[in-house]
Amino acid sequence: MISIATKQTNPFGVIVSKEISDTVKSWKFIIMVALVLLTCMGSLYAALDDFSAAIKGGSADDDFFFLKLYTHSNGTLPSFLVFISFLGPLLGISMGFDSINTEQNKGTLSRLLAQPIYRDYILNAKFLAALTILSYLFIGLSLQVLGFGLIFIGIPPTTDELMRIIIFSIVNIIYVGFWLNLSILFSVKFRQAATSALAGISVWLFFTIFYSMIVNLIAKGLAPVRFISENQMVSFQRFVQNLMRFNPGQLFNDVTTTLLRPSVRSLGPLTTEQTIGAIPNPLPLGQSLMLVWPQVVALIGGTLMFFAIAYTIFMRREIRSR
Amino acid sequence: MDNPVIQLNGISKKYGDFTAVNDLDLSINKGEIFGLLGPNGAGKSTTILMLMGLTEPSSGSVSVCGINSTSKPIAVKKKVGYLPEDVGFYDDLSGLDNLIYTARLNGFDYSTAKEKAGELLERVGLGNDKNKKTGKYSKGMRQRLGLADVLIKNPEVIILDEPTTGIDPKGVIELLSLIKKLSVEQNITVLFSSHNLHQVQQVCDRVGIFVSGKILAEGNIKELSQKLFTHGMYLIELRIDSGDKSPIGSEELEKLLAPIEDIQKVSADNGLFQIECSSDISSSIAKKVIEADYKLNLLSKKEYGLDAIYNRYFEGGLSDD
Repeated sequence: MISIATKQTNPFGVIVSKEISDTVKSWKFIIMVALVLLTCMGSLYAALDDFSAAIKGGSADDDFFFLKLYTHSNGTLPSFLVFISFLGPLLGISMGFDSINTEQNKGTLSRLLAQPIYRDYILNAKFLAALTILSYLFIGLSLQVLGFGLIFIGIPPTTDELMRIIIFSIVNIIYVGFWLNLSILFSVKFRQAATSALAGISVWLFFTIFYSMIVNLIAKGLAPVRFISENQMVSFQRFVQNLMRFNPGQLFNDVTTTLLRPSVRSLGPLTTEQTIGAIPNPLPLGQSLMLVWPQVVALIGGTLMFFAIAYTIFMRREIRSR
Repeated sequence: MDNPVIQLNGISKKYGDFTAVNDLDLSINKGEIFGLLGPNGAGKSTTILMLMGLTEPSSGSVSVCGINSTSKPIAVKKKVGYLPEDVGFYDDLSGLDNLIYTARLNGFDYSTAKEKAGELLERVGLGNDKNKKTGKYSKGMRQRLGLADVLIKNPEVIILDEPTTGIDPKGVIELLSLIKKLSVEQNITVLFSSHNLHQVQQVCDRVGIFVSGKILAEGNIKELSQKLFTHGMYLIELRIDSGDKSPIGSEELEKLLAPIEDIQKVSADNGLFQIECSSDISSSIAKKVIEADYKLNLLSKKEYGLDAIYNRYFEGGLSDD
């Protein structure tokens, strides 16, 4: 049966497998993976170094040993979570910035388009190939941290923890996919790979460094006087927070923090009335998910939006050789 | 026999105000090698892109093998092999792997693809270099690989856009004879675009001269010369030694040669007579001159090829209009 099925070659599968093998063999990817692996080993060391101090008990999160592995740090190096939120976008950008324009500059794109394949196969295959590799990488990394944790702590993770870790990996993939699509869009738009890489990195820098500064400036300018009603204060805080949420990094941090710290019960401001009488125990997984669902949808939405723009530009373009 | 494989009906392509292709009609028959000859920027590549369905014509219709290229490009691409100008390959892959990839995109399974790729590489003379990375191929080798790449889908039509650019003369001859051979053996229709008329002259059955979006003339070389030349196709040069007689002038010579048909113009230049004529009449001219008791010192014949046509149209401007 299998041999009959493989007789009919599906061009889409052929492109995807070629893209995957190309990427895996490329220096660009090897360097990025080495960087990610190294930082993850470093952060794992930082987490395990004073792990016993971190799980002494006392707070609601302390029962979740395994999740601590991803968020705790002894202060010498950032935690796994911080590293991923920092390096993930870079990895996404590096996988996509030269996907279309290099093919065009090398003259392979027009040859490819002369074959009986739909034009969107190329774009879809590039995205799918990169996403497949990223998925393997991130699930692998999460499991690696888990595995080391098992060896060092000696206690297996609970089902709840395992689920949270799996969902955390999926959110990682979505977040990196967002940056991947942005850089694919740039690679369609800009003819030079260097321009497209720079564009991707500047957007990333803008959001990681400058965006929160700008929002703070706006917030300071608009800040109400001290003596205002509680409702006004809350709505002002909401406004500032919503501004922050235009930053994909902020959305990602909201999601991952909630997933990895089960004690987080709200991402917005809470009034004293709301917190009175609440027992500081962790939220069940379902509730944590409900809390971050809007953020996840926003990330997926952004990803799809960039893809749609890239798609529109690419499908309508006239491809000449070089 | 009229059996058009490629049919263009009144197609135009406009980019803003610029008209790249202007109301073009063209039909190419099965098994023909058609040369699209024109200077850079004449609209040759644009026409080819429209044939492949890679860009849409602003007006008119294009069909290849009876299939509309604009609405069904995939079906057309199954039957047509297209070698773009300055073709590129994946430099990190070997020639063989590049071909296997193309074959698999055309729906062949891996083992068939490998077999076909190997055969074709032998055929285009790259058998010994098939495992070498294409990044290390010379320009000529890349073009031959390009030809193999085009042939791997068993095409009915192949379109070659400037396939000889940047190859040394020996490589050009090899490539052209390969194209000719393949066309004859497999009855493939070939559309060959070039700005080099010698190459077109060597291989093409029929030529279309393409200038600023229009076909000025089409036909085989002979028809073209007849269409385009109000002057003769041959130029015969004579040097006559008058000996004891008074030196002969061009008017006297014209009178002398008057009985011969096909003479169009006689002129003298520095003791050398130039006779333009529409057929090869050098022997009759020689006979007349000798019979008139002149000594014939020199007689040379020049045949106008596409060269002259080309020069007249592209370099000399369109003075005949």
